[in-house]
Amino acid sequence: MTRLIVRRLCEAVPVLFVIVTLVFFMVRLAPGGPFDTERKVSPEVLANLQAYYGLDQPLHVQYVRYLGQLLRGDLGPSFKNAGYSVNELIGLGIPVSLELGLYALIIALIIGITSGVIAALNQNTAHDYAPMVLSMAGICIPNFVIGPVLALIFSLWLGWLPVAGWEGPASKVLPSVTLGVAYAAYVSRLTRGGMLEVLSQDFIRTARAKGMSEARMVLRHALKGGLQPVISFLGPAAAGLLSGAFVVETIFQIPGLGRLFIQSAFNRDYTMIMGTVLFYAALILLFNLVVDVVQSRIDPRLRER
Amino acid sequence: MSLSLKSFLIILALLIGGCSQTADRALHVGNGTEPQGLDPHLVSGVPEHRILSTLFEGLVDLDPADLHVIPGVAESWDVSDDGTRYVFHLRENARWSNGDPITADDFVYTWQRMLTPSLGAEYAHMLHCIKNAKAFNEGAITDFSQVGVKALDARTLEVVLNNPTPYFLSMQAHSAWYPVHKPTIEKFGRMDERNTKWTRPGNLVGNGAYTLKRWVPNNVIEVVKNEQYWCAANVKLERIVFYPIDNQQTEERCFRTGMLQLTENVPLAKVPVYSAKQPDLISKDPYIGTYFYRINVTRPPLDDPRVRRALALALDRDAITHNVLTGGQQPARTYTVPDTGGYTCTGGIDYNVAEARRLLAEAGYPEGRGLRTIELLYNTSESHKLIAEAAQRIWKENLGISVSLVNQDWKVYLASQSALDYDISRASWIGDYLDPMSFLECFMSDNGNNRTGWASKEYDALIERATRTSDTGARHALFNQAEGLLLNEAPIVPVYHYTRVFLKSPRVKGWHSNLLGYISFKDLSLEEEVP
Repeated sequence: MTRLIVRRLCEAVPVLFVIVTLVFFMVRLAPGGPFDTERKVSPEVLANLQAYYGLDQPLHVQYVRYLGQLLRGDLGPSFKNAGYSVNELIGLGIPVSLELGLYALIIALIIGITSGVIAALNQNTAHDYAPMVLSMAGICIPNFVIGPVLALIFSLWLGWLPVAGWEGPASKVLPSVTLGVAYAAYVSRLTRGGMLEVLSQDFIRTARAKGMSEARMVLRHALKGGLQPVISFLGPAAAGLLSGAFVVETIFQIPGLGRLFIQSAFNRDYTMIMGTVLFYAALILLFNLVVDVVQSRIDPRLRER
Repeated sequence: MSLSLKSFLIILALLIGGCSQTADRALHVGNGTEPQGLDPHLVSGVPEHRILSTLFEGLVDLDPADLHVIPGVAESWDVSDDGTRYVFHLRENARWSNGDPITADDFVYTWQRMLTPSLGAEYAHMLHCIKNAKAFNEGAITDFSQVGVKALDARTLEVVLNNPTPYFLSMQAHSAWYPVHKPTIEKFGRMDERNTKWTRPGNLVGNGAYTLKRWVPNNVIEVVKNEQYWCAANVKLERIVFYPIDNQQTEERCFRTGMLQLTENVPLAKVPVYSAKQPDLISKDPYIGTYFYRINVTRPPLDDPRVRRALALALDRDAITHNVLTGGQQPARTYTVPDTGGYTCTGGIDYNVAEARRLLAEAGYPEGRGLRTIELLYNTSESHKLIAEAAQRIWKENLGISVSLVNQDWKVYLASQSALDYDISRASWIGDYLDPMSFLECFMSDNGNNRTGWASKEYDALIERATRTSDTGARHALFNQAEGLLLNEAPIVPVYHYTRVFLKSPRVKGWHSNLLGYISFKDLSLEEEVP
């Protein structure tokens, strides 16, 4: 197990290096620069600005400098937000994004697994069709529709929950639900599929034949195998919840990483783009590793590989 | 069962919702985007300016009712007869927020910092009217004592200008001129260092009616009353909270729940709804800005002034403002907003399809025949798209010209404009100060904001002459002549003059609408909420 972890961490280094290199050159190829504004900056000022941020240097020099900075853990100053470093801005966004992602994931798992199990146990009845139709709706309706509709009902009409912001537990309900719903739908369908496969197997029939209660059978035996597809989905889901929260963050005015990431791309804030991409890449690699470890723990068949 | 569940939910919502519903008398303001920063020398946008105007104060201020110049840090000033020498007398009780007195040297230091080339201040050009300021800013001279700013004593500041600049005083209200506190700047870095921590809460020392209490990037900026401010007794609001809400729908929902009392925008689709149902909440203030189309005069057939003029004459601006925008915007017959510093251009463009058709035929394209498809470029935005579609249809109907629409992301669009890689491009200009110069200097041949390829020696000469003229009537006559030339040659097609459309709670008192969109927060108050 330790060998697996060490090997995967070592493999991550070249992957991140390739990502850094690609992104570094790609953002500089995009038309427009960080200091292009509606109001044209005079050539002298532009030259001074570029000199200040080292953008006057040849590209390869900038690249080597950036790598040097990176090794020291310094992601540089943000071009757009003068006075804040990229490290600081990402540092401020991480706890918010992690919290939002965690709540959304919990919601997704609770709703998804419950409805998936119910559907599987009642295959081809109303209790199967209803959650599956709902989950299809959950997958199809984008969160930029769900978010405003929830805000309209629970904030504007009922006045129960704050309409935006990220302060206090009440403000966190709507964004977490909005973000979690689409993933709940996926989890529900995956759970149903996994459970159906397991429920048709011999050991389940044996357990039933021996008179084991349905609840005990599901919780002790079937779920372990039935949740396999859900667990492999967790890695990409967690990464998606963190990096894909841009829309939800915008709708509910949440100071998370997603908005930083998208805005930095629009602003050509090179250092911020690099910083956020790198952070997301590292996170995705980490989540995939965690999922592999968890999976090999649960499923002995995977351990030999 | 369902009833008890419902009551449980209500109690739960009250419990958790109750925490954030504290009764406070703070003004909550939707402020567009996250500010680039709070260093007055390093920012350029309106959201930044709005926050900075609470934290700092210039030598003079503007009366929000009619924008006339009123005393700020300076309690009075003398102007020489030729209008090139100003002597400011600073107030005795003007203090920094840490209690230090504000001295004339603070202004000398501030403007030296602003003009230091290595700082790369984008708005340094605003100070170029000061003698030798341009040379210092461009590195031609390095001795700041040659620049026309001098502290005659601790409370007297002398400024010498290159030319009589009638808007010099009103320009002082712009954040580019705000003083900064030398010990604070130098405690956190060099004078010309950009990314220091001096603007953080706890560090920032300002001289405005408010001080910085809290700044969480992308979340909130909170300012509280500054007891050291010379006029603190008259400042009514204890607290102002600015939110960088860039999504207009989110902002509007925040306003509806009472989380905001003032918004930056209103979603286009909601403008007619508010206008019809709650007209007391929506404001449509005239604003010193013009929405126009640039024409790339280097590309045939648009290199022919007759074709450009035909486009300008055939654009039905009334249809656009009435049917597309609905926010009280005025159709623009001229480039400069009417009554900018008392100036209104007399030779505007009228809607005249017959004349437009005649010019187009004269240029060799009767009824648009033989004219290639013209591309109209705009940056991604719902309203730009709607206006472009309207213009496309109008030009097709009136002139038979085919226009194709090209949509680019903001930075790509800016790059295309600068490289003259377009046929017609959406553009806008917001005046920095209340003088036609703020608009008209853009179209001088070597101005970076021209971006049409149009160059006219005659136009340049007229504007140059206006800079050297101190008599208002003569100056405005020169501007009028220049603008007439610009509109006749038509490297631009004015579309409409902006309005600032926003939502304001009736609880906000002491409000004045003005052309600059200047909000004097220290004059505002908030009425108690009716339960």
